[in-house]
Amino acid sequence: MLIAESFPLIANMHKTHFELFGLPPLFAIDIVRLDQAYRHLQAEVHPDRFAAATDSERHQSLQWATHANEAYRTLKNPLTRARYLLQLHGVDTQEESNTAMPADFLMRQMEWREAIEDAVVVADVEALEALDRGLRSEARSLREELSLALDEQNDYAGASEIVRKLRFLDKVQAEIDQAIDALES
Amino acid sequence: MALLQISEPGMGAAPHQHRLAVGIDLGTTNSLVATVRSGLSVVLHDNDGRALLPSVVRFLADGQVEVGMAAQTQQSHDPQNTIASAKRFMGRGLKDIADITHLPYRFLDEPGMVQLRTVAGVKSPVEVSAEILKVLKARAEDALGGELTGAVITVPAYFDDAQRQATKDAARLAGINVLRLLNEPTAAAVAYGLDNGAEGVYVVYDLGGGTFDVSILRLAKGIFEVLATNGDSALGGDDFDRRIYCWVLEQAKLPPLAPEDNSLLMTKAREAKEWLTNNPEARITCVLRSGDIVDMTLTTSTFIDLTAPLVAKTIAPVKKALRDAKLLVDDVQGVVMVGGATRMPHIQHAVWEYFGQEPLTNLDPDKVVALGAAIQANVLAGNRNQDDLLLLDVVPLSLGLETMGGLTEKIIPRNATIPVARAQDFTTFKDGQTAMSIHVVQGERELVADCRSLARFELRGIPPMAAGAARIRVTFQVDADGLLSVSAREQNSGAEAHITVKPSYGLEENEIANMLQASYSHAGEDMQMRALRETQVDAERLLVAVAAALDKDGERYLNATERAAIDEHMRALRTAAAGNDAAAIKQTIAVLNQATDTFAARRMDASVRRALTGHKLEELN
Repeated sequence: MLIAESFPLIANMHKTHFELFGLPPLFAIDIVRLDQAYRHLQAEVHPDRFAAATDSERHQSLQWATHANEAYRTLKNPLTRARYLLQLHGVDTQEESNTAMPADFLMRQMEWREAIEDAVVVADVEALEALDRGLRSEARSLREELSLALDEQNDYAGASEIVRKLRFLDKVQAEIDQAIDALES
Repeated sequence: MALLQISEPGMGAAPHQHRLAVGIDLGTTNSLVATVRSGLSVVLHDNDGRALLPSVVRFLADGQVEVGMAAQTQQSHDPQNTIASAKRFMGRGLKDIADITHLPYRFLDEPGMVQLRTVAGVKSPVEVSAEILKVLKARAEDALGGELTGAVITVPAYFDDAQRQATKDAARLAGINVLRLLNEPTAAAVAYGLDNGAEGVYVVYDLGGGTFDVSILRLAKGIFEVLATNGDSALGGDDFDRRIYCWVLEQAKLPPLAPEDNSLLMTKAREAKEWLTNNPEARITCVLRSGDIVDMTLTTSTFIDLTAPLVAKTIAPVKKALRDAKLLVDDVQGVVMVGGATRMPHIQHAVWEYFGQEPLTNLDPDKVVALGAAIQANVLAGNRNQDDLLLLDVVPLSLGLETMGGLTEKIIPRNATIPVARAQDFTTFKDGQTAMSIHVVQGERELVADCRSLARFELRGIPPMAAGAARIRVTFQVDADGLLSVSAREQNSGAEAHITVKPSYGLEENEIANMLQASYSHAGEDMQMRALRETQVDAERLLVAVAAALDKDGERYLNATERAAIDEHMRALRTAAAGNDAAAIKQTIAVLNQATDTFAARRMDASVRRALTGHKLEELN
């Protein structure tokens, strides 16, 4: 493995991720347009385009392609997109520090965790998959709430709380995936 | 303002020259080389018309090396010096290799990558692989009539960083300029997708001789985007042979065998497996050195029973990959079968059953990887209009580092699109701590002990501070070859960081130098001369690249002074390259590279703007 000296990441990439892909800074983005813009950008900057180029160009290409991937990933995923939008508005989502959640959400958290444990004990993959589907629809309605809070009501405090909820759902879904992986291998 | 120059049609200032580039499939059991000829990807044959080169290398006492068929036929006679399936040992330690007791080789139990003792001395798997690559390189240069510009070499998608680095080192030993390390399933998808004009979500099921990969790709208008990959880098057709071999041992109640008999029986097992592809039963007969006679019949149904656990072992990664891609079986447009082992009917049946559709087998599963690699090599060498092919691949396994208590902190998650960089800040544990040990690992497990150790290095020169006050930013960068580099820097002090590397399973720079030295002296070449020649080639490559860039964009992005400076550095490099001072050439190369930095940045900015404008134009349509 090569260990390189640290280099400053992306010197002159001041544009926001939205500007980079020519999209309005909204939570409800057009995913098809995002995909297209991303592919256009990679088609220009990807290292495969510079295999025979000078070291300088290859280095620049690596930085740009890395940046394009990071920007795309951030906007593609609803949770990271919301977090990034809030960041642009100067709002900290306090995901590590603020663990307060509404009581009903806390209740459901506990129910999900118990359901996972129960399914694991009896090795019921189908129950886990059903649980996963339930969480997906839960996440879908949270995303709709986010769109409303971010794009229409400018309710950043409310949006931050939804981000924290979504992040929690993500974790539970990852636990389900892991449980299924463990049962299947 | 300078007038723009326009050249006559077909008379570009730098006449286009077809560069010789190949794709190499460095396989566990067989290796191949392919190239694009008249727009068509073709596999290159040896003088006897054979495409597949058995990945077997025999070392002889007089220093001669036999590769391929010649070595394979000697496997039973000289098992300890005839190395097969070296790919299984690449970037691996002794403890990582399963079934070691069945292998006839004399392994050396040393830290780092496993080594083998042969009559020609101790050999690393990297050197064994380099011998195979040398033969393929010679075959290609013979067939194409010139020196290769470079090669795309394929690796299993599930290869970790140590295995990838080992492959690149082998290419370097063989004197091959690696244009790109390409994941085997992605290469197969390129060959398949371009041939069939496929669009949508495709799964590549790649069961090779010693490795299993599954990749899920989205194909759209020449863009091959890998959504997820999974696999098992120690599962392949070889394991099916071994099941048959063990079955024979058990049924015939044979005592432990001599190495020669082991090799013979493994060969018979492989032949039986291949025979069963088109026949209901296979007869296994041989006379062992011990005098024991083996004469048995293996039926298809027994074979299926014996290997059912292996088949099941391939379906689990398929499920995981689909889950990672957040897709269901119904989302899959087609399943491409790759690797000789997918010829086994019960494998095809299992895949058919799981996906509910007949797998695609219209390209030769042995050749499709090399064919795809050749297409990519042709693009990277600049022989083809690039606008219609782009491969976006991923990291197969999460990359992270060790934190307190032997736990893993993931920095780059699996299936992140490459190239990718992530940074994370860490702090000191004790007051006045001036150094920090950084242990880089790869894998999905929580405990460091369950992950693969890639490297350890130390960041020194942290100014003494209270515990928790230092801010050490560790940056992971994975390049387009899927290779990782790690850097660490203390943020508050900005003090120069000193980094030392101890690759756990790779080769040290001096080991590679020694191997190169050994191979040159054996070939009667002068190391110095070879190094000089390589530096001159590098200089030539850079001059061509700069000239091409100037030709295209020099007028647009450089003023007269800047242009004159670059021209001057080019002249200096031409002069240096004509001489025989390798160090001076290297130095002049570095200077020219630096002189073109700004030019490169402006061109790249323009490319980015072009990408966005193109996008907007499309919106208007």
